[in-house]
Amino acid sequence: MTAQLPGWKSLPPGAVITRPGSTVEYKTHDWRTLRPVIDQERCIRCRLCWLYCPEGTIIELDKPYTTKAGRKYTRTYEINYDYCKGCGICAQECPAKAIKMIEEVR
Amino acid sequence: MAGKKKLPLSGNTAIAYAAKAADVDVISAYPITPQTTIVEKLAEFVANGELNAEVIHVESEHSALSAAVGASAAGARVFTASSSQGIALMYEIMFIASSMRLPIVMAMATRALSAPINIWNDHGDFMAASDTGWVMMMAHTNQEAHDDVILAYKIAEHPDVLLPVITAIDGYFMSHTIEPVEPIEREEALKFIPKKVTWRVLDPDNPVTMGPLGTPEWYYEFKRQQHEAMKKAREVFDEATKEFEKTFGRNYEPVEYFMMDDAEYALVAMGSVAGNVKAYIVREARKRGIKLGLIRVKLFRPFPAEEIAEVISNLKAVGVIDRALAFGSSYGGPLYGDTLSAAYIRGIDTPIVNFVAGLGGRPVTFHDIKTMVDATLALDGKTRKDVPKEPYFIGVRE
Amino acid sequence: MSTKPKIPTIWDIPREELFAPGHRMCQGCGAAILMRHITKALGKDAIIVEATGCVEVTTTVYPQTAWKHPWLHIAFENAAAGASGVEAAIKALKRKGVIPKDKKVKVVAIGGDGGTFDIGLQALSGMLERGHNVLYIVYDNEAYMNTGIQRSGATPYKAWTTTTPVGKVWRGEWRPKKDIMGIVLAHRVPYAATVNPAYITDLYMKVRKAVEIEGPTFIHAFSPCTPGWRIDPALTVTVARLAVQTGVWINYEVENGEFRVTTPVSRRKPVRDYLKLQGRFRHLTEEEIAEIQRMVDEEVERINRLVGKTVIGPVVK
Repeated sequence: MTAQLPGWKSLPPGAVITRPGSTVEYKTHDWRTLRPVIDQERCIRCRLCWLYCPEGTIIELDKPYTTKAGRKYTRTYEINYDYCKGCGICAQECPAKAIKMIEEVR
Repeated sequence: MAGKKKLPLSGNTAIAYAAKAADVDVISAYPITPQTTIVEKLAEFVANGELNAEVIHVESEHSALSAAVGASAAGARVFTASSSQGIALMYEIMFIASSMRLPIVMAMATRALSAPINIWNDHGDFMAASDTGWVMMMAHTNQEAHDDVILAYKIAEHPDVLLPVITAIDGYFMSHTIEPVEPIEREEALKFIPKKVTWRVLDPDNPVTMGPLGTPEWYYEFKRQQHEAMKKAREVFDEATKEFEKTFGRNYEPVEYFMMDDAEYALVAMGSVAGNVKAYIVREARKRGIKLGLIRVKLFRPFPAEEIAEVISNLKAVGVIDRALAFGSSYGGPLYGDTLSAAYIRGIDTPIVNFVAGLGGRPVTFHDIKTMVDATLALDGKTRKDVPKEPYFIGVRE
Repeated sequence: MSTKPKIPTIWDIPREELFAPGHRMCQGCGAAILMRHITKALGKDAIIVEATGCVEVTTTVYPQTAWKHPWLHIAFENAAAGASGVEAAIKALKRKGVIPKDKKVKVVAIGGDGGTFDIGLQALSGMLERGHNVLYIVYDNEAYMNTGIQRSGATPYKAWTTTTPVGKVWRGEWRPKKDIMGIVLAHRVPYAATVNPAYITDLYMKVRKAVEIEGPTFIHAFSPCTPGWRIDPALTVTVARLAVQTGVWINYEVENGEFRVTTPVSRRKPVRDYLKLQGRFRHLTEEEIAEIQRMVDEEVERINRLVGKTVIGPVVK
């Protein structure tokens, strides 16, 4: 297993990591048993799910959205399922009850 | 180089002058006898504007070395100093400093370890540091103590090395004893050791993570690198001492040989006790026709095994003086252990005997040296199988 | 003199993430929420020195790092000493012209409660007393969570931990939580504050303030731990909010000796509401809950006396 990894001669001295934010290479989605799903119709764009997510996995996009009732929003919140660990804080904190935790099927 | 001004300096003051000449940026140290006057002198230099450095008045040696690691990681040339219990308290961070490959220089005024508490000299603290991954040197004169600090930065900051360095002197015997020393001036020192950051540093414009978690898939590779860095340190030591001699006219070797050209017997020693042995050789042994010489180990880590084994191979018998004990080991004293293994793996059959002497400031007298020489001579014509399996405890009351 | 703070709104928190996902902090980790917003509030011009602990081991598994700041970990008990060294180096190198004098760099030390209240207390005291320009942040999850929930000096009264188990003789931790803010304030630091991950704008404002103030500053952060407190990962923020609403935790700041509660609570909820969500307090009897309520009431009274008026109100059922 370790044979494919770089040998001591090619590693930087002192185990310095020179790639900031490189944990993005490590996906944590398989920690999840429940999957949060945002109902864009019910979402009131309050930012609380984005605020409280421990993973920073709720993405705030400047992507307009118009509800069926005609309400216009300039932002949309989406979930990056690569990193979501399924803690459920977003659903718990959502004041509009717009996030549901559904069973993860793989 | 003749005609340069010499100053009467204690070992500690000689070291402080060298740190000043190296234009260190950060001094992080805690008072402990017999090291204290090094940092007192440096504080005086900074107080008088003779040295532009930050002095961190840390609240312990553990923090002294921790702050030194932080400062070095931020790109500063860092100096610290300690002794005995201070070294023991730093122990955890000593491994981290070398593993993080930070070129910190620490002066050590060697002193016995507690208990009983004892402020006098032996090599217990120095030997306790011997497996922490630091390059280690021990001087024998105050001039050498001064020069070692300059050499230390040259070795530590070499991009192929990047290891912290200990420059040691014997507590009191050297730290508080005055000798004539020719100090190296700042300008000439900085030509020899230019201020250049050769290691990765903490900088918001180029962020790096230092000190991560190393899992079993990665940890071993970094230890293997440290072993290699030690080997490089030896190469760099040889280059640096050559350049030093050209620049400053003083020659240092990893091992000093005294009257070894025609020697049949030798004592191996480190630090100030080498002076007593030299005096004994000249005043007693040689007068009695005994072809005795001295092998003084200056560079202890990396250990100059090749040189020592080679010189030992031509001798009839050798005695090793240890000023520390490795309790429960198969050998006795740590210097003996290194000397023995250097000889053994090269198939050398010269009998080598161990003397433990001068613990906790107990003087090593002329009479003690005579006892050691006699015991060494008694092995003439014998092989290593005949060597006593226990060290001789010299100067202890039964 | 307290500067009139501009209270940020939720929309003032920068969108850009300076703390990357893919870290191995637990599901619903309170410290992960803290780190996200601390790094946002610090901005890019900071160097972080981290003590050994949960956050350290889970964010820097070689060869990857969650950090986008320059970041240094040395050992457990010396984040404050390491940060002192970094700060001193920057000061010296600026004075010597190696680093541009106008380059803005704030040194920030981060440690858990074990690394701060207990093993790192000496180094912290030294750093504060010497006046280093360092912000020290403690994320307090009230036990040694990294090694598996052993009690620390920060463990609250009656809490179960693996070294204060509930048995026939013991009823969980029997000593009250150490007053770290009192210890820090005894060093007469220019700024010290408490923050809570349920109140992010308050946290953001305080970190910004602490960064701007020259000298040693300190932030004590409440940090719910889902495995250690035996709570549902979804309830991390709920529990954190209840801590404030019950008066178990009080958000305040002390600037140049001036004390100010930043999250007033006019009507308190009973502590039972906070305790009942946590498995570490499951063993408590009615009498024990009443005892904890009395302890919280006393602390609330002390705070109100300090402020000179009732900022934290009575318990209203």
